[in-house]
Amino acid sequence: MANSIAISGVHAGYGQVRVLEDVSLDVRAAETVVLLGTNGNGKSTLIKCLMGMVRPSAGTIVAEIDGKTHNLVGLSTEEIVDLGIALVPEGRRLFPKLTVEENLLLGAFRPTARAAKERNLDFCYGMFGRLKERRNQLAGSMSGGEQQMLALARALMTAPRILLIDEPSVGLAPILVSRTIDTIKELQSKYNLTVLMAEQNFNQAIRIADRGYVIVHGKIAFEGNSADELNNNDLIRKFYLGL
Amino acid sequence: MHSRTFILVTIVVAAAVFFVAQLVANNYLFFAGYTVLQFVVLATAWNILGGYCGYVNFGSAAFFAVGAYSSVFLHKAYPLPIPVLILVAGFVAGVIGLGMGYLTLRLRGSFFAIATLALAVVLQTLVTNWDFVGGSRGAYVIRPNSLDVFGHQIPYIEYLFLQMLILAAVAIATARTIERSRLGYGFATIRDDELAAEAAGVPTLRLKLIATTLSGALMGMAGAPFPYYLGFLQPQSAFALEYAVNSIAMPMIGGTSSWIGPLIGALLLGIVQQVATVTISSAVNVLIVGVLLVAFVIIAPNGIVGFVRNLMRRGRS
Repeated sequence: MANSIAISGVHAGYGQVRVLEDVSLDVRAAETVVLLGTNGNGKSTLIKCLMGMVRPSAGTIVAEIDGKTHNLVGLSTEEIVDLGIALVPEGRRLFPKLTVEENLLLGAFRPTARAAKERNLDFCYGMFGRLKERRNQLAGSMSGGEQQMLALARALMTAPRILLIDEPSVGLAPILVSRTIDTIKELQSKYNLTVLMAEQNFNQAIRIADRGYVIVHGKIAFEGNSADELNNNDLIRKFYLGL
Repeated sequence: MHSRTFILVTIVVAAAVFFVAQLVANNYLFFAGYTVLQFVVLATAWNILGGYCGYVNFGSAAFFAVGAYSSVFLHKAYPLPIPVLILVAGFVAGVIGLGMGYLTLRLRGSFFAIATLALAVVLQTLVTNWDFVGGSRGAYVIRPNSLDVFGHQIPYIEYLFLQMLILAAVAIATARTIERSRLGYGFATIRDDELAAEAAGVPTLRLKLIATTLSGALMGMAGAPFPYYLGFLQPQSAFALEYAVNSIAMPMIGGTSSWIGPLIGALLLGIVQQVATVTISSAVNVLIVGVLLVAFVIIAPNGIVGFVRNLMRRGRS
């Protein structure tokens, strides 16, 4: 089944501050698309628009999930999670005073996800053996890499079709960044997920990307139809890598 | 322990407290006990919003006073038995809690605390200027000295004490049930990280409204019998600083992570205050609360419950 996202002409901001200007982007079924850009260019805002946490002032966001199309603008975050879209928030945002297992079970808070709670928990423990070992440990006491695994696993607990990942590399050592990126690829192919990942770490992100967009000052500055196109591009060198 | 067993144990403990108090046969015990139990209800109610969800409410006195003044209003308009007044007060204060939740849903941390404080000020001004419930002069609520139950004369204060005892048991059972339910986990996610809670699909707004409503309703219920306890109610006594301060200090001193914290804190502080009132002076109460609060923040920031848990953990390893 096709699970995809189409964003077109989205404008959004906070109060008087305009952050996104006429952003159009699509993620097709079972694709891994990266949204590249340095701090303050609107990556997180776009992700928040998708999750219903920020309401765009103009434009449409449409998701196709299991053959049905849904207009996401105007839906609440819970409803969007219910449709099968999950977010791994920037900076992991775990519940530090709850145990690993409690964090995971909270990922399945919605009634639709609750039904398959046990099965999804087994999935997560199968995928991340370390989390099973530490199931009774407080989430806040784990290392950064383990916390990122837990954040990914928590999102999987909703049994998503579309996974949004906001800056998975934040605060991680280079080796863990590369491991996290590998894990995302593994998850994507194993569950045939449609993935949109916002990331600053250009070199790591394009390793697993099918396509990518570069966002500069709230506008899509470049659209690359393959990892190669992103890699060998003067505009990216100039805007993004500062070379 | 199963929830049903727990409720049973609570009832047994409450009954035991009542009969032991009967044996002592000193009316002052009931007067003092009523106040302590009232703080058990207030502290437990505060903790549902403050401890479980992490929203610090500085306006406890407002909810308490709303309960008390709804009783005064009904006493003048259409007298009803106290258990009914408690339910009415719970409803009115719950609606105000819901309204407060809606108005402040975008505020967090100290901003939320300031907004709740403002709510108390606004309501006090309103009541002070409302003549029907006595305005700034206050209102007399004349109650009988004793109550006739199946031919037995029971002192009225025992009747009030019993109601507050039942209310305390209800509040504690409610808090514990929440703690072990999905609702409690939902509250904990709001406390730890609201954005992550939303991303996980927790309906944070609805849960917050449930918490503000429930917490407000219980505080209002605690206030409902208050005019009958005093016999005379004026705005300064219903909106007293001591309710706001105690409702926060008691759970903090006891420990906010579980239902037993507010209970321990309220019993400890409540009893110390009652003893101080008799032996030293009633003015020293707030001083005692302040000193204890500062001491606990430094020595045991997670309250008595957290302190004991730490000791046990250290003892084991």
